[in-house]
Parts: sequence; structure tokens; C-alpha cells
Amino acid sequence: MKPAIFEQRSKQIVQKREGDEFSIACNRDSLAGAVSQRACVFCGSRVVLYPIADALHLVHGPIGCAAYTWDIRGALSSGPELHRLSFSTDLREKDVIFGGEKKLEAALLELIAQHKPNAAFVYSTCIVGIIGDDVGAICKKVSAATGIPVIPVQSEGFKGNKRAGYEAACRAMMQLVGTGDTSGISPLSINILGDFNLAGEIWIIKEYYERMGIEVVATITGDGRVGDLARCHGAALNVVQCSGATMDLAKMMQEKFGVPVIRASYFGIEDMSKALYDVARHFQDKDPGIMARTAALVKEELSVLLPRLAELRKDLEGKKAAVYVGGAFKAFSLVKCFRHLGMKVVVVGSQTGTEEDYKELAAITDEGTIIVDDSNPLELARFVKDLDVDIFVGGVKERPIAYKLGVGFCDHNHERKEALEGFVGMINFAEEVHRTVMSPVWRFTPRRRGSLQPVTALDAAACASTVSPEPAKEAAS
Amino acid sequence: MSAPTPLKRRKGGMTPIEPFVSTTNACKMCKPLGACLAFLGIEGCVPFLHGSQGCATYMRRYVISHFREPVDIASSSLGEKQAIHGGGPNLKLGLLNVMKKYGATCIGVATTCLTETIGDDVSMLLHEFRKEFGDLPLPALVHVSTPSYGGTQAEGYQAALRAVVDQLAGSEAATSQVNVLPNFVSCEDLRHLADVFDHFGLDAALLPDYSERLDGGAQEDYVKIMPGGTPVARIRTMGGARATIELGRTLDPAKSAGGLLAERFGVPLHSLGLPIGLRETDAFFDTLCTLAGRPTPRRYELARGRLVDAYVDGHKYLSGKTAVVYGEEDLVVGLCAFLAEIGITPVIAASGGESGRLSCAVKAVTDGLLRQEPEVREGVDFYEIAARARELKPDLVIGNSKGYRVLAKELGIPMLRVGFPIHDRFGAQRVQHLCYAGTQALYDSIVNTVIDKKQTDSDVGYGYI
Ligand code: SF4
Ligand code: SF4
Repeated sequence: MKPAIFEQRSKQIVQKREGDEFSIACNRDSLAGAVSQRACVFCGSRVVLYPIADALHLVHGPIGCAAYTWDIRGALSSGPELHRLSFSTDLREKDVIFGGEKKLEAALLELIAQHKPNAAFVYSTCIVGIIGDDVGAICKKVSAATGIPVIPVQSEGFKGNKRAGYEAACRAMMQLVGTGDTSGISPLSINILGDFNLAGEIWIIKEYYERMGIEVVATITGDGRVGDLARCHGAALNVVQCSGATMDLAKMMQEKFGVPVIRASYFGIEDMSKALYDVARHFQDKDPGIMARTAALVKEELSVLLPRLAELRKDLEGKKAAVYVGGAFKAFSLVKCFRHLGMKVVVVGSQTGTEEDYKELAAITDEGTIIVDDSNPLELARFVKDLDVDIFVGGVKERPIAYKLGVGFCDHNHERKEALEGFVGMINFAEEVHRTVMSPVWRFTPRRRGSLQPVTALDAAACASTVSPEPAKEAAS
Repeated sequence: MSAPTPLKRRKGGMTPIEPFVSTTNACKMCKPLGACLAFLGIEGCVPFLHGSQGCATYMRRYVISHFREPVDIASSSLGEKQAIHGGGPNLKLGLLNVMKKYGATCIGVATTCLTETIGDDVSMLLHEFRKEFGDLPLPALVHVSTPSYGGTQAEGYQAALRAVVDQLAGSEAATSQVNVLPNFVSCEDLRHLADVFDHFGLDAALLPDYSERLDGGAQEDYVKIMPGGTPVARIRTMGGARATIELGRTLDPAKSAGGLLAERFGVPLHSLGLPIGLRETDAFFDTLCTLAGRPTPRRYELARGRLVDAYVDGHKYLSGKTAVVYGEEDLVVGLCAFLAEIGITPVIAASGGESGRLSCAVKAVTDGLLRQEPEVREGVDFYEIAARARELKPDLVIGNSKGYRVLAKELGIPMLRVGFPIHDRFGAQRVQHLCYAGTQALYDSIVNTVIDKKQTDSDVGYGYI
């Protein structure tokens, strides 16, 4: 089956066949007129930087770009919550004609005076790229006047896709890295990169590492702080979570400060355990006991997790899943997670995967699985229906498609309110999958019309007979 | 563009301090979003944003979170090259794709900040497109200029409607049709309006009507374009209608669809407020009585009676309370009209919109009922609303979800969600606001919100309140 609805996209959809040379076209510009699920450069930058809770995030542009990104993700902070406010220069017609530099400067000065952030990020949106404001110069000027770092983020929406936005965000953060004091940092120390602390997930992961005896210097960017970023080059290791969003930062830090990098994923049993073991292995020369401590931790967590999973699996065995997420790395983990539930991933795709990513996906999926790059609602709906899936895993934009067609859904995107990372996250995930797949509501949807059983007809006599007549008398006799 | 009202930060009472340049926690959305919503209310119509991909994706996400329905908004997906050399080729390619793959019978093209700034002439591009592809069965193509730096979603909504009428309506023969331009109301409101006109025996052409597209039934197959919406044929005959009813007190006929129909085709225009509360609904029904030449159907007389009865039964829970009300200007006016009737003073009536007509409209609908005039704030953001609310300590927050954290939660006061967007409650499409029935529903919710607060705050555990 190859349901390429737009011919121009046919090379972006591939079905896995054992023995075939795998190739897929990806990283293309979205096709005009196809309703892409993709966002823009600005979106990528905003996602990465926004959890830095003590920074001012000023969106330089017209109001929409700021309004639609106001507190849309649940990146939690244990302290300040400046990131949850939405700041915009709210450009108007005269600014577009005469330039927005003056307004930007005034906005920065007043907001910094008002909120006293530890740094400010200034995001350029599309029209800023067109009207040609010298954002860098304004930032420099304001930085000098206020004494805090004011950092331009070159995130003009049209200059690429979300991935370009990640890069821009990393370049922006790199301006802070290396400016702080690193004294007192433990030799057994890491930075957690690429986690945004949705539903408090970074706290779960951080706690695991701390139980292993490791100091976490900076959480980047979930529950992030400007001061932590400034000194995070003092950590002994960068552990980068799958999504790739902060990989560029890790690479830059490796180049400039020699901090080694390992990758990790915190979704699912294998990947979560592997992440902890990989870090432990990295430090075992410095701390011989760390492997044993890690093993004990994993064992303890699994002793809670596995029995619960086995219970849920009983109901879920054999059900089918479709996965469409932002980054391909999350897709890897999800394929493995579903295996633990006895479920089959029949279609899997991402918005921004690379050829390498897709090759790896092809390697870990089952024969016949459809692999797709930068999909759209029409295609996704076709997959859901033709492959008769029981659950769709995706973002908030995919949810209504799944529901409309009568398919279960799990929100595995940035809007989620349940922690899905860590061992406890695996339980939450399994429970969420169970809740949606096992709900009786699907039976009433048109897709499953055939399986709808009418209620048993009312039979007054049958019900009455279950009540014993005049029990009082019986007791008396 | 008229000079924007300077935003005044106020501290310690009403002393204005330095005007604020930036916007914190906007109480508005951008203009193309409104245009997309209007286009979604036309049968077979796909909204198409001429600009870069991000805007379309963000707006879809925003609209979907409210309606919980699939919403497709196409985009010409401009990249760097097109941003420099013009987006024409992408626009045309995109239109072809939407035609072919969606089978759209209408495409509503709205510009974005990017394409307005680079100066794409969409009207000319569409003209070229029609010539180049004249051999294909072309959909109705409508375009509207919606630079978001020139207004909010409310203006975008109205601009799109005006563009639709401007570009589609003709001077057809006179029909018995009554054009109804209901403003941006909920799906349930639209259904109710359709019923009302039906019961009056009036042939209403509702524009837009997204009640089915954005609140439809479960489907067996993915329907590329959900059924429902105002048929293009009905829009074409609007010029021959016997009357237009346009709802919204802050609308300017010079910029509205109703105004255009009056100007160009001489269709008599009845400009009314949103029928929220007793008096605005009475005015609405009076107009219908005149048009239909018959009295209000009994079912609505009964509904009106129940509403007045409820006003009395619940008055003590509400009398003397205060509220902060915000959202789209026309909705704010409607809510103020209603609140004034039930003894709640809207101490702050705020909007991110800047029509310049809000103060006057609020005054018109509250005069004679309030002892304290509401403080009307145009062009404000939530930061300012919250600052003022902190001083005025209202009992209730009434508005869309965006005010939850920064107002209701922050101030610890209960909130009633109305309007758009409602992202943190279920059933946003079915919130009723209009006519006696909608007012009744709002009224019951407000009373219950007040009771709930009293009950929760008390240790007694009242079972009767
Ligand atoms: S650029 Fe303009 S149209 Fe696009 S989201 Fe921002 S404000 Fe809205
Ligand atoms: S204007 Fe540009 S930066 Fe803003 S949302 Fe649209 S594509 Fe993204």
C-alpha cells in the first residue's frame, strides 16, 4: 500500500520490506497547499528556549506569533515563572513602515525594568527579517544599559523549518555558556539537555541521576535558569535527550569546552535504563560503585513497573498503533514501548526526521510498517483507516482526526500534562494507552458500526423474579 | 490606520503613568485567524493563508483546541527565496493543490504579515491564476487583506465576510431571503439562530455558518471538507435579499458585509447588538416580528417569561456583585448589557480590539441600570486588565480561557468561560450565549458559579443554599 495523496510526496512515504535498500526523501520544504503539520523556525526556537524560567522572552513581531505561543506547553518551573508570560512588541503598521528598532528598544528597557530577568531573549519573526531591523545592535545596546545578557534569536519563520529554529536557539544559549563560575562542581556531574520538563519530567530524571550519586549542573532547558546555563560548561558530561533540539548546543560545547556528549532517551524501559547505565559507565572509572547503584535503582523501579505493565498488556495484546511525532527519536522509543504492551506499530512518521533517522526506524520496525516524513491530515487519516489502527500517538493537531474517525489517541507532544518519561512515565503511558484503547466509546462510532450490540430489551418479569418475594415471611417461618 | 490609543499603565487609582510600548499577555489574536474562521463557515471552502507555514500551523492548533474538530488551513508555505522574490508561484501552486486534493469549491485566501510586507498583490495573482487555469473547473476564489499589524481577529473576521460578499454577491433578482450576519458566535448559537428564523418562517441566509463544520458528527471516512456551511449560491443571491440583520454594536458599516450589501445593492440593513440579555434579545425579536409580520412564536414568549422569572429567583445571589469582562468587543458589549440587567456591575470591560466604539456601545447598553459606570479599556492586554482588577477586586471573571491563570487564578476569583478561545473546558462549541435561551444558560451558570464559591468557601456544608 502506498497511499501517496500528493504525487510530489510519494518519495516521502515508504513501506518497510525485508531486504530492500531503504531510502526516503525528507527534509524538504513543505509543499504549498498541503496542510503541513509543521511549524516554523520561530516555533523551534521558542520551544527550546521558553522553559528558561528566569529569562524574559520577547517576541519581536506582530501579535499573533506571540499570542499563539503563550504558555501553550506545560514546561514547569520550580521557581520563577517569567517564561509563562507572553511578551510581544506587537508591531503595527507604522512600525512595519518605519522599522521596529525604537519600539524594540523601548520594550526591552521597560520589560527588563519591570520584571528584572536574568537575561532576555529576543525572537525575530518573519516580518522582522523583511523590514530589516538590526536586532543584534539593539540587543547589544540594551545589554550595555541594563547589565544583563540580551540575546537575539534569529528565528524568522520562513528561513527554514523547526530544526533551523533549534539551531538558532542553541546559538543563542551558547552566548551564555561559559560566562559563569564553575568552581565547586563535582567531577561526577552532568547537564541534562533536550528535556523541557513537561509535566515535571525533568525532576523525575534528575532524581534518578542524583540517586546514582551524580550532580546535575544544568537542566537544559526544562526548569532552566540563566545562571545554570552560564556555568554548565563545568559539567563533566552532556547527556542529550533524543529529540535533537539541543544537540547543536552539545556539539558547540564539545568543540569549545571539550565536554563529551552522550545521547539518551527517557521513554520506555530499554531506553530509560540504557540512559542511566550509559552515564554510569561513563563515570565508573571515577566511581567504581556507580554501576551497582544504578543496577539497584533500575531493579527497584522495574519491580514496580513490570507487574503493572503485565496487567495492562493482557487487554492490549495485538492492538495496532500509528505514531506521528515531531522528532524521529521519539518515534524509536515509542516503537519499543508498544512492543512491551504487545502492540504493533503499523505506521510511524515524523515532521523533521533525517534520512539516517528513517533508516534506523526501518531497522527497528516490523515488516510492512509504513514510514512517512512530513505528513498531512489527509494522509494520516488514510493510514488510520486503511490499517485499522486502535490508537494514534501524535500532537494536538492530530487528535481531532483520530477522534473523528473513531480511533483512540495519546498525546505525546509538548502539550501533554502527564509525565511520560522515566519508569513512572512508562506506567503513565501504558495506562493512558489502556484508557483510550479500552474505552467502550469506539463501538458507537461509524467505523465500528458492525460491532454495536443493541441493549437487551427490557423484561420486567425477568427483573422482578430476582427479588425474592416477601422475605419477611420466610424469615418468620 | 488610525493612531493606536496609547496604552496607559495605571498605578494607584486612575493616575496614568508612562505609556507602555510592549504587549504582555495579549487579549487578542491576529487578523488572519478571524478570516480563517469566517471562511470555515462557507460550504466547501478551504481557508488558505498566503505566507509562511508557521502562521497556518499555529492558527490551526489554536482553533482545533477550541472546537476539538479537524481544521485544515492551507498555506502557501513561503520560504526564504519566495519571501525575497515574491510568493506568487507558491500561491498558485498551493491553490492548485487545494483544488485537486481537497476538491474545494471555494478557497478563501487571507494574507499574513509576511506577504503584506513583501507587497504581494493577491488580487492580481488570483486574476492571473484564473486566466492561466481557466480551462479547469475553478472554485470560487475570495481574497482578503489581513495584515495582523492592522487589527485583531475580530477585524479579520469582518473583513473576510465583507470580502466574501464583495466578491461573490451579485445583484440577483429579489428573493425572500434575509441575510443574517451573526458575528463570531458559538456553533450552538448558530444552530439556535437558524431555529429562531425558522420558527418565524423567515428564510435566513446565515453567513458564516460553521456550526456543522466545526461541531459535526463522527465520521466513517475522513471527509476532506466537512459538510455544512453557507452555500456559495446563497451568498451570490445576498444582493437581492429583502433585508440584512447584522449583529454587533461596534461594527462599522463602512467596513462590514452588511454595510456593503446596503451600499451596493440597497439591501436594508438592521444593525443590532448581539442578542445577549433581555433587552438586546427583545430588540432582536422585535426586528424579526417586523420582518416576518407576525408576533414572536409562543415558545420564545415562554422562554422570555422563564428568563424574567429566573432573573427574579436568582437576583439575591447576584445583586451588588462585580465582574471583569473581556474578549471581542461585540461580545463584551453584549455581556455588559446582560450583566447590568441582573445587578452585576461590570467594573472593567476590556478588549484587545481598538475599534474606538467600545466605550460608546457599553454606555448605550448599560445606561440607566448601573450605579457605577464600567471602566472601558480598549486595546489592552491581560497584564493591564490584571493590574486594574487587583485594585478593583471583582467577584467574577467573565471571558475566554486566556484570562484564567493571569486573572481568575491569580486573584482567586471564580470564572465563567465564554467566547473564544476556550482551551481549558469541554464543550466550547456548545456554549450558548444568544437570545433568551443563551441568556438563560449564561444566567444559570453565573448563579451557580456564585453559589459554588459560597458553598466551597463555607465549612458548614450547606445542602440548601
Ligand atoms: S505573522 Fe502575522 S499572521 Fe502570522 S501569526 Fe504572526 S501575527 Fe499572525
Ligand atoms: S510569522 Fe513567521 S515566525 Fe511568526 S508564526 Fe508565522 S511563520 Fe512563524
